[in-house]
Amino acid sequence: MAAEIFGNVVERCRAEEESLLGRWREIVAESLRGRMTGAELDKELRDLLDALLSALATGGGTDLNAEPYAEVRALLVELSRNRAHQGFSPRETAVGVYALKRAIRDTVGAEAGFAALSDVIDELGLLTFEIYTKAREEVITNQAEQLLELATPVVKLWHGVVALPLVGTLDSARAQVVMEKLLQTLVDTGSEHAIIDITGVSAVDTQVAQHLLKTIVAARLMGADCIISGIRPQIAQTIVALGIEFGDIATKATLADALMLAISRSGVDFGTEMAKRGL
Amino acid sequence: MTAQEQAIAGDADVVRVRQLVRTVAVAARLSLVDQTKLVTAASELARNTLIHGGGGSASVEQVTSAVKPGVRVVFRDKGPGIADIALALTDGYTSGSGMGLGLGGAKRLVDQFDIVSDPAEGTTITVVKWAR
Ligand SMILES: Nc1ncnc2c1ncn2[C@@H]1O[C@H](COP(=O)(O)OP(=O)(O)OP(=O)(O)O)[C@@H](O)[C@H]1O
Ligand SMILES: [Mg+2]
Repeated sequence: MAAEIFGNVVERCRAEEESLLGRWREIVAESLRGRMTGAELDKELRDLLDALLSALATGGGTDLNAEPYAEVRALLVELSRNRAHQGFSPRETAVGVYALKRAIRDTVGAEAGFAALSDVIDELGLLTFEIYTKAREEVITNQAEQLLELATPVVKLWHGVVALPLVGTLDSARAQVVMEKLLQTLVDTGSEHAIIDITGVSAVDTQVAQHLLKTIVAARLMGADCIISGIRPQIAQTIVALGIEFGDIATKATLADALMLAISRSGVDFGTEMAKRGL
Repeated sequence: MTAQEQAIAGDADVVRVRQLVRTVAVAARLSLVDQTKLVTAASELARNTLIHGGGGSASVEQVTSAVKPGVRVVFRDKGPGIADIALALTDGYTSGSGMGLGLGGAKRLVDQFDIVSDPAEGTTITVVKWAR
């Protein structure tokens, strides 16, 4: 029977639970060096130890996928994710679990059944490592999404004129972010002119063109007028060869030209405006 | 010179094909305009391989004719094939939601363009751009 391989180590851990927990917390706290509060740590370890001892007592055996370990697994997922988000290394995270072995040895002793229990803890540590890695990937994906946001700044160039300088490649995910950002900025600033500058885009293919056109149509529906600027010679040639038509959308070679056009469209006499601003 | 292979299984791979083609085009001393034309054509064909062909690969290689260097890119997929090539090359024809300009546009952007397609075998498109 599975429980036999653990001898009476589980019962003895239960009997010594408080001092065992105290020792475990002590070892872990040392490695965390105050990056977590004592109360938080205490709760985490207490719940985990309790769930582990219950699983072992109800015949969980050495297979962590077995039903009795469900609670233990859930707690480990939470612990590993928290550590990943708090920026702990995977090693620090796993070491915290392995430290339970030392705590048991120090308080209960390494007697019959300890070897089997030790194997279970090894498995728990590996599981922690796996979950940590996955959680870390999620953190990185989130950061990439945030970067995506940051890389599409919409700037207010003039009263009623916003500009969107596009850089790099405009794939579907980014095009969506760009469009939303532009439309939102049009609303927030009450602007009626948007300049989409593609100087930083290395190639315009049909997908990029389609995203641009959709964005411009959406902006028009909101009553804003769009100008595309920064079409470099090599890009102009590929656009023509592809047969892409920008229809009646105004295009300008440079951002400055586009700004002039937007300002003149809004009916401002540029000279007077500059003079007013002392330029 | 040996060809460099790039699998095409997702959007990120289309970007990788573009980058690989750009690198080889620079090495083959194509002008900026010709680099951009070839990269744009490759972008269209890689996306067709992904979307219409269900994924495949691109093979990029520097080649030399009697007098000048160039870049050859071969796109392969094992998808449904193109039943009517002339129709597919027609500007504005699309079986999906695109602009229908990719295939014909790619042909106009390169110096040599060759399609072999068969419902049983899939599609292989070979393009070459020569340095001027
Ligand atoms: N590798 C392929 N396998 C099967 N069918 C293809 C392949 N490449 C192109 N086609 C067919 O040819 C049609 C035209 O392709 P084309 O690239 O010109 O337009 P599109 O991809 O539909 O739109 P876009 O203008 O965005 O490229 C496609 O709609 C598709 O039916
Ligand atoms: Mg296409």
